[in-house]
Amino acid sequence: MSMPAPITERGAFVPTPYRVIAARRELGDTVTLNIAPQAGALPAILPGQFNMLYVPGVGEAAISLSGATEAAFIHTIRDVGAISHALTRLPPGASLGLRGPFGTAWPVAETQGRDVLIVAGGLGLAPLRPAIRHLLAHRERYGKLSLLIGARTPPDILYPHEIAQWRANLDLYVAVTMDRADAMWHGHVGVVPLLLPRADFDPANTAALICGPEVMMRATAQALLGMAVPAERIHLSLERNMKCAIGLCGHCQFGAAFICKDGPVMRYDRIAPALAVREL
Amino acid sequence: MQQATAAIRVLAPEALQDLISALAATRVVLGPVRRDGAIVYDEISRLDDLPAGWTDRQEAGQYRLEPRTDAALFGYAVGPHSWKQFLLPPREVLFTTRQTADGLDFLPPPAEERTYAFIGVRACELAAIAVQDKVLRDGPYADTAYAARRENAFIVAVNCGTAAPTCFCASMNTGPKAAAGYDIALTELLDGRHEFLAEAGSEAGEALLAALPSRPASAGDLAAAEAVTVNTAAAQTRALNTENLPAQLAAAANHPHWQEVAQRCLSCGNCTMVCPTCFCTTVADHTDLTTADAQRVRSWDSCFTLDFSYLHGGSVRQSTAARYRQWLTHKLSTWVEQFGTMGCVGCGRCITWCPTGIDLVAEATALREAQNGNS
Repeated sequence: MSMPAPITERGAFVPTPYRVIAARRELGDTVTLNIAPQAGALPAILPGQFNMLYVPGVGEAAISLSGATEAAFIHTIRDVGAISHALTRLPPGASLGLRGPFGTAWPVAETQGRDVLIVAGGLGLAPLRPAIRHLLAHRERYGKLSLLIGARTPPDILYPHEIAQWRANLDLYVAVTMDRADAMWHGHVGVVPLLLPRADFDPANTAALICGPEVMMRATAQALLGMAVPAERIHLSLERNMKCAIGLCGHCQFGAAFICKDGPVMRYDRIAPALAVREL
Repeated sequence: MQQATAAIRVLAPEALQDLISALAATRVVLGPVRRDGAIVYDEISRLDDLPAGWTDRQEAGQYRLEPRTDAALFGYAVGPHSWKQFLLPPREVLFTTRQTADGLDFLPPPAEERTYAFIGVRACELAAIAVQDKVLRDGPYADTAYAARRENAFIVAVNCGTAAPTCFCASMNTGPKAAAGYDIALTELLDGRHEFLAEAGSEAGEALLAALPSRPASAGDLAAAEAVTVNTAAAQTRALNTENLPAQLAAAANHPHWQEVAQRCLSCGNCTMVCPTCFCTTVADHTDLTTADAQRVRSWDSCFTLDFSYLHGGSVRQSTAARYRQWLTHKLSTWVEQFGTMGCVGCGRCITWCPTGIDLVAEATALREAQNGNS
């Protein structure tokens, strides 16, 4: 599933110049950037892949694609460190560097004909959004679709307007749950796996795409196994420290896997033993 | 077993000066020199630069140079340096970027103009270079600068005539005799004489060898050279049993032995710095005072640092036990799955240069025996 990205002849370490064409604040600490190449065409992407975004003099971070238009990549970035902080402060017109896209994709082709369960925790909805858009754009190719979303508190829900649009589809089940409710929230409260029994799917013929904090993904995968979803059809998107994104720096190793090239999207049956080891 | 005998010659030690001079005409010639109480690799121009008459005494956590009773030029095992520092430099500029009116301009570093000749590459080091080739050159993405340096390097191997107690190449099938990957291989003959048996391993090596003063090798010379590496292999006191080891280490992830090692491990990273196959790197970004120009620099990193596995919120490998487990398991287990070869070549550097004398062979063996006891 891993595929080499179109790397410039200047070498795999040298970014291509991009420019911010739109910046939108999603949440208090989260921004979505639309970025376009300074020159030339946008490389093709697959849902689930990521880019290395570079802020001159600050550094480079692996950021999942949360969508693409014909002219721009879309990245949703949370301010959690020096590089992501600099990225979230880039105004329209600002320059940045980009290498990518890199990594494995959500198996949207392999899951045709099956029920598809999408489970997102927090910012994990961002890397899943291209897959959701793909499933809805090719709705006739899939069985029952369910989208289960967890957030910390109601103001932390990512893409609330798009979730409302998705909800308008009568053949897509959407459920949202909060770790902690506030006075205005009258929906589900609790962790995401608690939503699983509410979704309608045939476990033997279901593929699950999961992205969120690792503890949430582990719990969701365990719950799905308990409901008899086959381990090889549970897919997680993992995150590790990453410097090069091309398998040369060694940082993102997770057991024998390099998250940059063997991931980020990985099959649960292949990583379950590694997920069970603390501090791996 | 031998190649065409015509390519096997016997050289006097003085002929190595001709070898160095011929290579120095077009290359930076690097070889062993005695400095700061160790034998390290640096630029050489004269035969006198080599550490004639010196040997090393190595044990876990110990390294000392001692005079030999003869004038051997290569009468020692490997020191703290490896050829990695030339093929994968400890610090390297990846690119420079400049803010212009039109946006960012990215400039790759100028192409490497120096080409190298390595003199005195041991069999385990050839194996280590082959391992790094798989990692850095032969994957889906290549480090093109590494590949270019590697392609252009001329390699003069030396078959080992002495084994340190830390050496275990024979058990790893990587030495002490160079099997492939060299342009010329030398065996130092010290059986009452001082000569070198020289074998060409490439056309370039054959051409260079033909230009040196030499005589054809006799059957006696060949037998004497064979005896050198046979004796060196027999002199090795450490051995790592690698049979089924990758699977056993993978199954030992939660074994308490890692905690026991962690009580002795300082997490200093020395083992990763001296290891000839460790390839991990990090990057740092700098700007000039105007902030218009920025540079990205890659440097060697170590999986023993807390920063190595940092992810927003904290490091994945918080404990020394987890970091030692990552290193040892990578070397001897996951490396096989990733690259089809072990990441250890049996050079013993990590044992010698560990300040607390932790022995990779002993730890891997302890874990294997613990697993055997469990099953």
